[in-house]
Amino acid sequence: MSSAAVRASHGAHDDVLHGGGVDHHHHDDGSKTLLGFWIYLMSDCLIFSGLFATFAVLANSTAGGPTGKELFELPYVLGETMLLLISSVTFGMAMLNMHAGKKGGVVAWLAVTFLFGAGFIGMEVYEFAKLVHEGAGPSTSAFLSSYFTLVGTHGLHVTCGLIWLVVMMDQIRRFGLTDATQRRLSCLSLFWHFLDIVWICVFTFVYLRGAI
Amino acid sequence: MSGNHHSHDAHHGAEHADHGSTKSYVVGFVLSVVLTLASFGVVMSGKVPHDLMMPGIIVFGVAQLIVQLKYFLHMGLSPSQRSNFAIMLFTLLILAIVVVGSLWVMHNMNANMMHPTSQMMPVE
Repeated sequence: MSSAAVRASHGAHDDVLHGGGVDHHHHDDGSKTLLGFWIYLMSDCLIFSGLFATFAVLANSTAGGPTGKELFELPYVLGETMLLLISSVTFGMAMLNMHAGKKGGVVAWLAVTFLFGAGFIGMEVYEFAKLVHEGAGPSTSAFLSSYFTLVGTHGLHVTCGLIWLVVMMDQIRRFGLTDATQRRLSCLSLFWHFLDIVWICVFTFVYLRGAI
Repeated sequence: MSGNHHSHDAHHGAEHADHGSTKSYVVGFVLSVVLTLASFGVVMSGKVPHDLMMPGIIVFGVAQLIVQLKYFLHMGLSPSQRSNFAIMLFTLLILAIVVVGSLWVMHNMNANMMHPTSQMMPVE
């Protein structure tokens, strides 16, 4: 207890020597926000790990219904994957423009990213509608329930990302590239690339594995 | 506190490397596309033996994850990235426990439980 108190007073002493909290506040460049957002993303990753585990366990429980091999059209899914990959790079271009201080470039690249992301969601909604229409809806078998939950959760995340993209385009147009908008855009960048990574896992372990 | 100042200096030094460049994004994109097509080809080309398909797509999938973490998320071992990296490693540990553990437990349960059909068999 006493040693803790000594350490605490040492810390306070050093703070005074180096200019204390004011100096520290001045140095805050949003890296703490990004670290916190990264921790959120990792907890999100754990949600997906639970959904992936559920899907892996139930992948063969088709209850006499259609299997993944019969349902999934891999070339179509490859198209979705490419749209998401391209949107990741265009977001990267937006971030490079942000660091270069080019406001117009940021908004333009974000708009391109939005188009590719919206294309991905459009393809996914069409795919889901087609499956349900063919009688392979989420209530058909445990396999399809877990499939719709996993892929649908990813789709909802991307939809949230699209809404966030629109909000950021508007904020940058109104307020310019301030510290606050740059910090928010950096968080969105992490979010967007993270969703791309989750999709790679979906593509590999849901679609490709299902087709083997 | 002096340690804190050091990390700040290191952060400013590494800042440029953290942001990436047009070249690094293009390299990451090309590698991602190649790896996606490779794992797609493993399953769809029909030239890969059936036993090698699963290991093939896992290898290409993991390679792609590493490529995207490095080129898009700028994950690395630089001092400014160290805490992010440590948190990610911990998450991967939990993820492995959840996924491998679920598969292991459910596999054992399926293997050791008496299935209703096999119970019925003698009656039939």
